[in-house]
Order: sequence, then structure tokens, then C-alpha cells
Amino acid sequence: MPELPLLRLDGLVKTYGAVRALRGVSFDLRPGEVHAVVGENGAGKSTLIKVITGAVAPDEGTIAIGGRTVAAMDPHAAHLSGVAAVYQQPALFPHLSVAENIALAVERGRAWRRLDWRARDARARTLLERVGSRLDPRRAIESLTMPEQQIVEIARALGSDARIVIMDEPTASLGDREVDSLFRAVAHLKESGAGVIYISHRLEEIFALANRITVLRDGESVGTCAAADVTRQDLVRLMVGRPLADVYPARTHAPGAPLLDIEGLGHRESGVHGVSLAVRRGEIVGLAGLVGSGRTELAEILFGLRPADEGTIRMGGAGVRIASPSDAIRHGIAYVPEDRRRHGVILDMSIAANASLANLRGVSRRGIIDRAAEAAAAARFVDRLRIKTPSVQAEAGTLSGGNQQKVALARWLATEPALLILDEPTQGVDVGAKAEIHRFMAELAAGGLSILMISSELPEVLGMSDRIAVMRGGSIAGLLDRAEATQDRILALALGHAREAAE
Amino acid sequence: MTSRRREASIAAAIAVLYAALALFAPVFFTRENFSDLFLGNFPVLLAAMGATLVILAGEIDISIGSVFAICGVVAGVCAVSGVPLAANVLITCAAGAALGSLNGALVAYAGLPSIVVTLATMVALREGLRWATEGAWVQNLPGSFQWLGLSQSAYPLVAAAVTLVLQVTLAWASRHVAAFRSIFATGSDAEAARLAGIATARVKWAVFTAGGVFTALAAFMNAVRFNQIPSNAGIGLEMKVIAAVVVGGATVGGGRGSFGGTLLGVILLASVGPALVFLGVTSYWERALHGAIVLAAVTIDALAARAQGHRASGLGLGPRAKATVS
Repeated sequence: MPELPLLRLDGLVKTYGAVRALRGVSFDLRPGEVHAVVGENGAGKSTLIKVITGAVAPDEGTIAIGGRTVAAMDPHAAHLSGVAAVYQQPALFPHLSVAENIALAVERGRAWRRLDWRARDARARTLLERVGSRLDPRRAIESLTMPEQQIVEIARALGSDARIVIMDEPTASLGDREVDSLFRAVAHLKESGAGVIYISHRLEEIFALANRITVLRDGESVGTCAAADVTRQDLVRLMVGRPLADVYPARTHAPGAPLLDIEGLGHRESGVHGVSLAVRRGEIVGLAGLVGSGRTELAEILFGLRPADEGTIRMGGAGVRIASPSDAIRHGIAYVPEDRRRHGVILDMSIAANASLANLRGVSRRGIIDRAAEAAAAARFVDRLRIKTPSVQAEAGTLSGGNQQKVALARWLATEPALLILDEPTQGVDVGAKAEIHRFMAELAAGGLSILMISSELPEVLGMSDRIAVMRGGSIAGLLDRAEATQDRILALALGHAREAAE
Repeated sequence: MTSRRREASIAAAIAVLYAALALFAPVFFTRENFSDLFLGNFPVLLAAMGATLVILAGEIDISIGSVFAICGVVAGVCAVSGVPLAANVLITCAAGAALGSLNGALVAYAGLPSIVVTLATMVALREGLRWATEGAWVQNLPGSFQWLGLSQSAYPLVAAAVTLVLQVTLAWASRHVAAFRSIFATGSDAEAARLAGIATARVKWAVFTAGGVFTALAAFMNAVRFNQIPSNAGIGLEMKVIAAVVVGGATVGGGRGSFGGTLLGVILLASVGPALVFLGVTSYWERALHGAIVLAAVTIDALAARAQGHRASGLGLGPRAKATVS
């Protein structure tokens, strides 16, 4: 049926300085459909969203909503036209309550109108129930976990009667149960006749949800097809423009002598206690567990962000005290945190300056930086990690998310660590870059680097780790060898309903 | 990290101002005039160097005027009690360092917002000084103190040399010294800097302390110009200084700015008043014009940032929005 599309984009072009983020993207969204957008990092997905929500204006091309061409889109006009977005990093007001956050998106009226707080709470409760959540609407956003905040965002989009709902990696930080309620919410939106633009790197989700799929590559839309007509392989080939080799790199090197040895480690305030774990040289240890099981907290203890208040840490046999990140760096520990988008790199600084930031001593003599050596070191990393940039003097803020993450990795490799802690190293990263990062991790481990990898993605944990430590409730619930580990056993340990799985 | 374009546009504004003077009031161009202009603003420039450090680190210090007054009195009291010049400079700078370090400790280690801390110390220090001096000025300064014991014509040369050395050193250091890199990183994104192993609290403490030393130096170089030292000096100095730094291209949110920019900012704002007088405009407009220049500078910043699609620059005093285009 040739229905009028909710949204039609034609020939969108957007350049940032020398970077052509969009080079001709066409796209349409019909009522009652889920239209997935896939592509590698830097393919132009973020920019596309920004154009639709009016956050940036395209250089060329047209936007039509409900058949009418929109002359100038800005966030306010987008809101009035029924566009709502749910981001990977929730964009809510942290000091306001759930109900207030929803009300801000939903209520219309004069600035001096009287506010009906009870109706606000009731409406928030109804909307939350529709996505299967029983959150208290009066709680402040800052007291919620990331998945809970995401649920609030979805409820808000539902409540504002949005006709065009954009979901950018909505499941990135959700557990299975929340994913289920998210899927229900999406179904709900479809039934009501809204269109959903769904962006995700998890192809399983896309096949479960989408009616149609558009593939972006290097800022161009390279194809739109019905989800039923394509296979996973087709999509991957379209996305990267080449067939993908083995999913996980082969691990041939046997781990060497023990490097890190922690015993009874804990930090009372973060609920981590009695953690004992050993990591050998050249070994990749996967740290699995549910969100909130203390994985990130353990990493932060090891990196000195939350100095341990019990237990011991030994590096290479010698007891060490780690009270600050600089202690950790001195003892050869590096940490690439999870939320790279926010604090992994310094956006105002050049790639070269970012890459040397944790290793200023290494590129300077008596406190004076050798700028040529710094640039040369950065150039080597740009080469080695295939960071896409015109120059090492380009500001990190001009790079795509995946390339920013590579810069964050470069910074830590520059310190020549003995132990690299990676927190969700491939979260929100596309298939191509993911394989690159995995290959790179295997290479580093083969070179003798020990890696402690936190990941919520079980295939990744199983594919990359020599051993897997599963955390639950702040301590290690069990250790599995690569050979004996399965998704089921990890889950059983993480959920705690099968203690014998560890035996 | 630097802002060459900003420096070029202020230099252009200065050139326009001086071209107008050359055209309509060539009598402006006398040696005495420039000497007066320089000596009068030399202390402002010194204090602005310190304020640039603080602002680069993403903080603000509005207690500059009060620290300036205290350090002036310290220098004067030392001079009257016969402390030799070199020792006097050191004592005055130590006083500035102590006061700056107090601000710095409250901001860095107690985690208080710098605008609140330095507003409190601005008032407390000034009132403290009034109580201690009972409003009396320091009189009977020895001849060995005035003009650093030099002749009145030799002093400007010394001051010019000090300016040149500091300016060149700071401009070079801000690009090549590792510690300065830490300041830029802390100002750009304190959390990211901390995750990179930079002791951000120490950086913040250090910039306030260094800022105090620069303010002390400013007070000292100001004190030697007169034969008495008022105990109420430096009122409003912080505004002059911060305005110059901002006009010079530093973002108030931190992480961006340069010492060359600050120098040009001081020159531009300092030249406006005298230029008005010579151009026959009533000098009542001086402050309004200062305000207009500051507004123009931040507006241009904001527009440039938007045109780049990059980010909103820190126009407020709070931490800047870190959203960016990827």
C-alpha cells in the first residue's frame, strides 16, 4: 500500500571541516514500521540522527515530514513534528524526577500554567507500566541505573505521542529482561502507527524487530531492503564492503608466568569484597557478570580510582599499593573505561596529545615534551590501529566514536603496560571495527600483554578469553577455563542458581 | 589548544584602533604616552598571566584584587622595615603563593566551586586587610624601593624585559612543558584527565598557587611606582584581568586559550581608554566599550563554534557541555 511516508530524506550531505559525514543519504520511514539503520562506526549514523532531530542542519538535501518539506529543522520544530529520540546515553535531567522528565517532553501549555503534580506522577506511572516497568516516578534520575534511565527515555518517547521514534543503540546497557520490555514497547509503537528508526550493532535484534533495513557505508546509503530478504552475511558484506573473516582470532600462544595476583581484594563502599584472581602474562581473562555485579568497580579498584580497603595486590610477585591512577600506571596497569564517549579521550586535544597523555614522561625529557617524538609515536599508533584521520594534530572531537576509542587504546598502549584492563571494549562498535579490536587484542596477548576484559557480550567473552571469571554480588562466583565454558554455565554463575557449575 | 585565529583578530582590532589614532590624533604617539600606558598596565598583565593559568585549568579566581592589595601592603611593610629588595620580592611572592594555595586547597581538595571560594576569600581578605591596617596606607617608602632603586627612566626597560621573558617563557612552556599539558587536559575534561592518571586536584591547587605568585608580582611591580601604598588597592582588578583573558581567547570553561592571546587582550583593553581621550570621545565610555569588546569576543566564539558544528564554548562559569559531533 503506497502510504504517505512519515519521514522522507533525500540526498543528505553534511561535512565537518574535511570530514564528509554524509555524502548523499536517502531514507524513508513508513507508518507502523521498524526501519533499522546499520553501518560501521563513522558510517554516518550519528550524523543522520542529528539531522533528523534538528541538532545539525544538512548542507544539502531535503527533509520531508508527513509529505511536507521542512525548510529549517531545529530541535524544537522536530519535537513539534513528533520526532523523539532515545539515545544510548540517556539525555535526561539528572536532578529532576522521573515524572518531571516525562512531563517536560509531554506537557504543552503556557509557561505560567499551574502544574498538576498528581497527574504528572499518574501519567508517568502509566507510561512506565506500558513498557513493563514499576519505577517510582518520584525518584530522581541520578538515583537510577543506566538501564532504568533508558526505560524512562522510552516511556517519555511513548508519552509525547511521537510519530517518529529514533532509537540509537537502545539495548547497549540493558539486561535481557529490560530488552524484552523494550521490544514490547517497540511493538506498541508500531501498533499505534508510529515509525521507529532503530539503530543497533546487534544484528540479532535487527532481524527480530525490523521490517526494513538500510545500510550506511562511508556516509552513503548503499541499500535498503526488506529484513526478510537478507541474511546476516549479506548485511555484514554490505556494511564493510568485503566479506568478513573468522569472527574471533585464533589464540595460539600459551600464557606465561603469573603477573597479577590479587587476594581478598575489596572496597566496602562499592560492595566489592573478597576477590581473589590471578592473571598470567599473555593471558586474556574475561570478566563476566551482570551489570552491577561489581566488574567495573573491580577494575576501578585495580586502577586506583577506588583504592582497596581490604586485600592485597601483587604485580610480578611484588606486593604493590595502588592508591591513585598514577600508582597503577607506574606499576604497569592501564585501564580503558567503559564510557569512552564521555571520558575516554579529551575532545579538545589533538590525537597526538591524547595519545601521550598517560605517558608524558615517555615523550619528554626533564619535563619538556619532545613534540616531534610525540607526533611520531602518535603516527605509529594511527597506522597500527588504523585510526581514520587526516593528521595526528586533528582534535579527537572530530573523530568518529570508533576512532576515538582507538585513540583511547593508543594512549594506554603508549604506557607499555603489563596489564591492560578493557571495560566493554567493543560496546557500540560495528562488526568491522569489532573484529579489528579482537584481532588486535589477540596480537597484544601473543606479545605477552595480559588483558582483563570486562564484557557483557557472552560470545565475545567465550571467543576471546583464556579463562573467564564470573562476578556476582561483588565477588567472584566462579572461574571457568576456555574449554569448559559455555554461555549456560556463565549465566548460571552470574545469576547464582547453579553453584555446581563452577566445580 | 591554541587559538591563532583569535590572536589574529585581536591584533587586527588593535591595528584598527592605532590606525584611527594615527589618522585623527597623531599626538598620541609619544614616548611618554606609551611608557605611561605600559607601566600602568604592566601589573594587570602580570596578574592576567596567572589568571590565564587558572582559567586554562577550568577554574576562576575573583580574589585577585584582594590578594593584590595584601601583597602590596606586604611589600610596602617589608620595604619600610628595611628588607632588601630581592628578599622583599621573595616574601611578597610567598605571601601571594600562600593566599593562592589557600584558594587552591579549598577548590581542589575540599571540592568547592572556585567562584564561591574566591568570592568568599575576596571579601574576607579585603576585610581582613582593612582590619589589620585600620585603613592606613604604607608611607615613607625608602628610595631603594621606589622604581626598584633604579632611575625613573631605567625602570620601564626592566619592566619591559620582565614582560618579554615571562611572555616568551609562558608561550613556549604552554606548548612544550608536560605540566602545562596536564593543565590543558584538566581544564578540557577533568574526569578524562583523572582517568588518564593526571593528578587533577594537584593541578588545580598548583594553578591557584601560581596565580597567587603572579598577582603578588603584579602588586610588587605596582607598589614600586608610588611613594605610598594604599590598603584598598586593586578593587575591580579581577574584572579587568578576567576580561583581558577572555578577550584573549581563553574559554571560561577551561582547556582553551593562550598567553599570546592574553597579552593582546590586555593591550586592546588598555588602549581603549586613552584612545578615547585622544580621539575626543568622553572617557566615560571606556568601561562600556570594555564590556562591548568582551561581549563581542564571546559572541564570536559562540558563533564560530556553532559554524564548526563543534560545540558550544563555555560562556557561563559552569562546566561546559561536553557533547560533541562524532
